[in-house]
Amino acid sequence: MPDRRAPEASAGAATAEAKAVRTLEIGYGGNERLVMNMGPQHPSAHGVFRAILTLEGETVVAVDAVIGYLHRCHEKLAETLTYVQYPSIASKTDYVSAMTAELTYVAAVEKVGKIDVPRRAQYLRVLVAELQRIASHCLWLGTWCMDMGGALGGGATVFLYAIRERELILDLFESLTGARLLYGFHQVGGVRYDLPEGWAATCRETVALIERRLFEYEAMLEDNAFFLVRTQGVGVISPELALDVGVCGPLARGSGIKYDVRTAEPYSSYEDFAVKVPVETAGDCYARYKVRMAEFRESIRLVRAVLDGLPEGAISSRPGVKSVGQVRIPKGEGYTRVEGARGELGCYLVADGGPKPYRLKWRGASFSNLSILPHIIPGCKIADVVAIMGSVDPVFGEVDR
Amino acid sequence: MPPVVKYAIAGFIVLNVVIGLVTYVTLLERKFAARMQSRIGPYYVGWPHGWLQPIADALKLMMKEDVVPTAADRWVYNLAPIAFLIPCILIFATIPFAPGLGVADLNIGVLFFLAVSSLEIVGLFMGGWGSNNKYALISAMRAVNQIISYDLPFVFTALVPVVLAGSLQMSAIVDAQRGLFGWYVCTPLGLLAFVAFLVATLAAENRVPFDILEAESELVAGFRVEYSGMKFALIQLAEYAHMIGTSFLGALLFLGGWLGPGADRWLLVGSVWFLLKAMFVFLVVTWVRWSFVRIRVDQILAISWKLLLPASVLLLMATALMVALQGPRAG
Repeated sequence: MPDRRAPEASAGAATAEAKAVRTLEIGYGGNERLVMNMGPQHPSAHGVFRAILTLEGETVVAVDAVIGYLHRCHEKLAETLTYVQYPSIASKTDYVSAMTAELTYVAAVEKVGKIDVPRRAQYLRVLVAELQRIASHCLWLGTWCMDMGGALGGGATVFLYAIRERELILDLFESLTGARLLYGFHQVGGVRYDLPEGWAATCRETVALIERRLFEYEAMLEDNAFFLVRTQGVGVISPELALDVGVCGPLARGSGIKYDVRTAEPYSSYEDFAVKVPVETAGDCYARYKVRMAEFRESIRLVRAVLDGLPEGAISSRPGVKSVGQVRIPKGEGYTRVEGARGELGCYLVADGGPKPYRLKWRGASFSNLSILPHIIPGCKIADVVAIMGSVDPVFGEVDR
Repeated sequence: MPPVVKYAIAGFIVLNVVIGLVTYVTLLERKFAARMQSRIGPYYVGWPHGWLQPIADALKLMMKEDVVPTAADRWVYNLAPIAFLIPCILIFATIPFAPGLGVADLNIGVLFFLAVSSLEIVGLFMGGWGSNNKYALISAMRAVNQIISYDLPFVFTALVPVVLAGSLQMSAIVDAQRGLFGWYVCTPLGLLAFVAFLVATLAAENRVPFDILEAESELVAGFRVEYSGMKFALIQLAEYAHMIGTSFLGALLFLGGWLGPGADRWLLVGSVWFLLKAMFVFLVVTWVRWSFVRIRVDQILAISWKLLLPASVLLLMATALMVALQGPRAG
């Protein structure tokens, strides 16, 4: 009779091969340990993430993170598509905040090709980037609470509220670009669409509504003792560890590292807006929550500032697109980085003078953030694993590319 | 008519009423949750407002394929839903819906209820063990931890009205709550006991924030991850039956059961009052469920052993002291 438990044995072998970064010794002894698969098909896998947990009772003693289930050869694909075609594909790296990825790619092309961007286009880029950050954080808040609170509990309530707000921003994007998820808004030398009539007024109303609703979320979560005990002191990342592993974005700022690409190396005229960078020092899930809630408000302020100071003028320094091979940039290479909703999104571009890049490399924020998991998960309970995963806010399109 | 036949008929009627009630309580909960989440809820199956939805759900579950995992312990796996359902249905045996309207108004009614309702853990554990699934196994482990921890405060808080009324018989406890502000929830000790009872109820029913057994974001669906079709329906039925039974108990012990205007004149009015009060308890529990996040297993145990159990024991002792000093109507 065949051994029906063979799949478990092979999972154990995978653990031995992969070698956990850190294993906690509790003292049950090896034969009391249980190897459990979380993912790639799992309600809180945030896409397709596989974590092989080694458990002693409820406590996780080691974790192996397996990624690559969503690999779509993005970097190779970039070599086969022209500078005109790729921006709408670039948005698929991080499909939750597609505007940021487009911006990174076109910024890299403009840097290598030394192409100017009109001021109005730069402001419009800031506008959509900040709206995108709000939309992305809405999704983060909803899914994170759903991880902790259950699809049949209070978490689902927060999820539906947050999605309701995200929809409003997607409506704005739809009237701006015609698309709700993958926009194709940016193009080399500027942006493709100008604001439609009345759009700015709708945008102001929307962000005002979201600003009011933020107080509702905070009342629901921060006054809730159960939310606090689930997040405070859980998944603490020390500033040293954050620097060693190279986490970025809200994770680093939650650990007391005041670093934001928007202020450290301003791009797309961010220097005009005096971005305030929220920092929390606790380093736990709650600190990351506080940072993101502060970022909500900062983004809303930036959206208003952009709408107030939007200059007149052209939206692109190049003529409209007539053929896919229209944009050619000279030989050279360059790296640009952008502060996305999840942290520093980078794009390294090597051009050989043709209409297509010679080589492209993405630096995904989710990828470097995800690598913190094996350092902070051992010693946690199973329930903390999902809370920490949610607070890292990975998007697997960006991890695997 | 021999008493056996009489009881059998009464039991049959109550069983059917309970199953019908359970089916429609799911619709009530879904509509209530939908309102909380600014949705509409079930709408399309049956006019108005999807009132046929529970029937459609039941039909769907009946027609689904029944899958038994190859590695499962077949006997334990197949028996678990039944072992889980029986105690959850049996608790209705001693519940009087109005004076004299019930299967058996035992003189140890409350004790019977508490004893039988704690048996559900056997079915839960059988399901978790028999599935031979790691998620289910961990869930079964959590079930044993949690239900044993919360049955104690549950029993102690349920005993507060018993001490006040001086009887374990459900109808006697209700009769002791007659008069304006006579309900035990209106007395200081009774109110505290009612709050503690609600918390213990949440945990005993495995509702959010204490639903770590199901914990679908960690353990997918916990002990019932491998169940499908009718077996899943039985587990669901048992959970909701347990929830309604506990709501009935809360209404009887703290909210004066069937007492209310016109209840003494007409039997039916009394049972309507009783049902309304039970639904109130149920909706409070549902309200909590849809607004809190789940807490961790160690925190659940800490709440029980460090807070709820000492508090409920103190409450019971205080009640006993008051009754001993001032007589049964002390409160």
